[in-house]
Amino acid sequence: MSVSDQELKEFRTQVSAWMQENNPADPGFLLPQTFMEVGDERQLEFLREWQHKVWAAGYLGMAWPREYGGGGVDTAFQSVADQEMRRHGVPICFNVIGLGWAGPLINDIGTEQEKAKYLKGILTAEDIWCQGFSEPDNGSDLGNAQTRAVRDGDEYVLNGQKIWTTMGNFAQYMILLARTNTETARKYDGLSYFLSPMDVPGIETRPIRKITGEFGFTETFFTDARIPADCLMGEEGQGWRIAMQTLQYERGAEAGAAGGLAMVRVTVDDMIAQLDGVQRDGEPLLRDPVVRDQLVQAIMEEKALALGDKRAQVAPLTTDYPGSLPLSHKLRATEMTRRMRQLAIGLQGAEGGLYVGDAEARQGGFWQRAYFNSFSATIGGGTSQVQANIVAEHILGLPK
Amino acid sequence: MSLIGNTALQFSEEQAMLLDVAREFCRDKSPMGVVRAQLETDNGFDRDVWDEMVGLGWTGIALPESCGGSGMGVATVVPVVEAMGRAMLGTPLISTTLAGQLLLRAGGAGELDTVLAEIAAGAPASVALLENEDWGNAAIACRVDDDGRLQGAKKYVVDASAASLFVVVVEHRGAAALALVRAAQLPAGAITPCTLIDQTRRAANVDFSGVELAEGALVTGPAVSAALRDHLLLGALLLAAESAGSAASCLDTIVDYLKTRKQFGKLIGSYQALKHPTVEILTAVDATRSFVYHAATLVGETELDRDAEIACRMAKAQATDTLLYAGDRAVQFHGGMGFTWECDAQLYIRRAQWSQQQFGDARHHRKRLAALLLDA
Repeated sequence: MSVSDQELKEFRTQVSAWMQENNPADPGFLLPQTFMEVGDERQLEFLREWQHKVWAAGYLGMAWPREYGGGGVDTAFQSVADQEMRRHGVPICFNVIGLGWAGPLINDIGTEQEKAKYLKGILTAEDIWCQGFSEPDNGSDLGNAQTRAVRDGDEYVLNGQKIWTTMGNFAQYMILLARTNTETARKYDGLSYFLSPMDVPGIETRPIRKITGEFGFTETFFTDARIPADCLMGEEGQGWRIAMQTLQYERGAEAGAAGGLAMVRVTVDDMIAQLDGVQRDGEPLLRDPVVRDQLVQAIMEEKALALGDKRAQVAPLTTDYPGSLPLSHKLRATEMTRRMRQLAIGLQGAEGGLYVGDAEARQGGFWQRAYFNSFSATIGGGTSQVQANIVAEHILGLPK
Repeated sequence: MSLIGNTALQFSEEQAMLLDVAREFCRDKSPMGVVRAQLETDNGFDRDVWDEMVGLGWTGIALPESCGGSGMGVATVVPVVEAMGRAMLGTPLISTTLAGQLLLRAGGAGELDTVLAEIAAGAPASVALLENEDWGNAAIACRVDDDGRLQGAKKYVVDASAASLFVVVVEHRGAAALALVRAAQLPAGAITPCTLIDQTRRAANVDFSGVELAEGALVTGPAVSAALRDHLLLGALLLAAESAGSAASCLDTIVDYLKTRKQFGKLIGSYQALKHPTVEILTAVDATRSFVYHAATLVGETELDRDAEIACRMAKAQATDTLLYAGDRAVQFHGGMGFTWECDAQLYIRRAQWSQQQFGDARHHRKRLAALLLDA
């Protein structure tokens, strides 16, 4: 399928107009910046309604098949829609595990029954999805997952525990990695992959209260929970391969994701804009030479990240320590975000001591909460310290 | 408009080719033993190596073909300078390139063709600018008197002893002008070499008082001020490129040591206290190279625009901090060895200290970046 620039241009105008008109007014409570921050029913219902609206307007799942609720058009349209959503600063499409991981996976390797059963609900936000990969004792070592799934007639019996289940308490379905065989030579070969319902006796979630004071994750306990055998995706023993495939979908509509904003991107521009009106020593903050120096450093840090992405595409400039830019990206990006948000609060003066809930908190305490939440990225998916080890060992060749 | 703004980064085939050639040349001609052999010589470089560099056309890369150059622009000098920085090869290439650019931008090809042709052909040249320690002071005391003679002295003139040509920044009728002075015109004792923290470099204080200007040796006009501003930015860029190279080889030196030195029965590279800062050096070197080649993408033949100015300043600020950090940690991580003259870490930390003070330190550039970015 090829799409003309003219078509895309017209489409962009159309989406832009729609976003302009439909971008919801400030609901009066803080909206999640990422799908990991949906802490209460109020936020959930707001986001559910918004996602449904975006889908109904035809701007979500545009490249997914029509018979399953998608738009059946080229991915280029979804990319344009995503860009416009970002540009207009609309809320996120929060059903991220469904839209970005489970959905594309089912589209690619699911059976007809699975596609018919799950895909549309993902798009409309009727079915919230969560992910059951991490376990308390195996934070980084996914291949060692110990949650058991034992076949019993036409059911599987689940026992074990998952943790950091985003929206576990709201979800209807989970993509679940569980061990069906404990005897395999390689630990990976004993894993299987399930599309599991959550509303089953024996599956219990316990919300985890985060550093922000809010909820968003759960611990998930499986105690002799019985799920239908056809929840197994693929065959027994294919779990590791399917899990790895799942993790490949993070890269936007081109990779098969349904689209929509997964997170609100906060830039150094936003950080500086929020300082409008702040005084220091009786003068505008932005005239303070020390502050100015720090702000320039923050701008440079964000710019270095963007330039690094560019340079990574220039082969002759990547021959020293090949792979250093992509492999260190997570480390650099998440640490930059954390530092920038820390600075944002530091520059607010006495107001920086207020928090979400105080009527006078700057931007409702957005930066305080954002700073705390930034640790989810410097810790989750391999802590910065583990990332630094990986870069040191794989790129610099330093010993373990 | 986003504060991140322009993120263009292109790298031409010519640049890629020169990067390859220059790296191989420097590896071959400037191993550490050779670098060390030059530390206490008068000029700090081997004339034969310089002649080969001239033979390769490097002094003419950024000069127009009409002057015997190859017209590829200053962006194409960047990979060469980076390669030289990596090998710690000190020659007058940076000072000569900058002198050529200043003349080209202030006077244009045509009137200055002869002198530009000399530079392209390998006559070492240097810009005599500073009169004190302050890169942010545009005042010029050095002037042309009523008899057409220069009055005044310049400080820290890079490669002064090797230069055959000086471009002296002077005040003339209330405006900045450039005076061309040949080394042969200088009276005996005019050049007083400085003792530098970085022994791979040479610089001197030069007293130009009494030198009679030759016919046509004064470049004046409104283009001079703009060219001087660009000179400071291009100088910052080339120093940044060189620092990027030096920081990269400093990193290599650290990594080699961490992979071979054992303490408490383990290779020291296995300790996270050393491993993690080394990764920080890697990411800082990566950032520096990204800024340098971004800036190289934006500097053209004409007056540098706002984006190019931002890019050059960011490149220098980042490069300075990176090389200082890498050099400092290189000394520390080599332990007792790092405290010795014999250890190469000293070469990097010394270069870091000199280079940070060339064309403005990181604070100097961030101060100007703040005005460009925050006051718009």
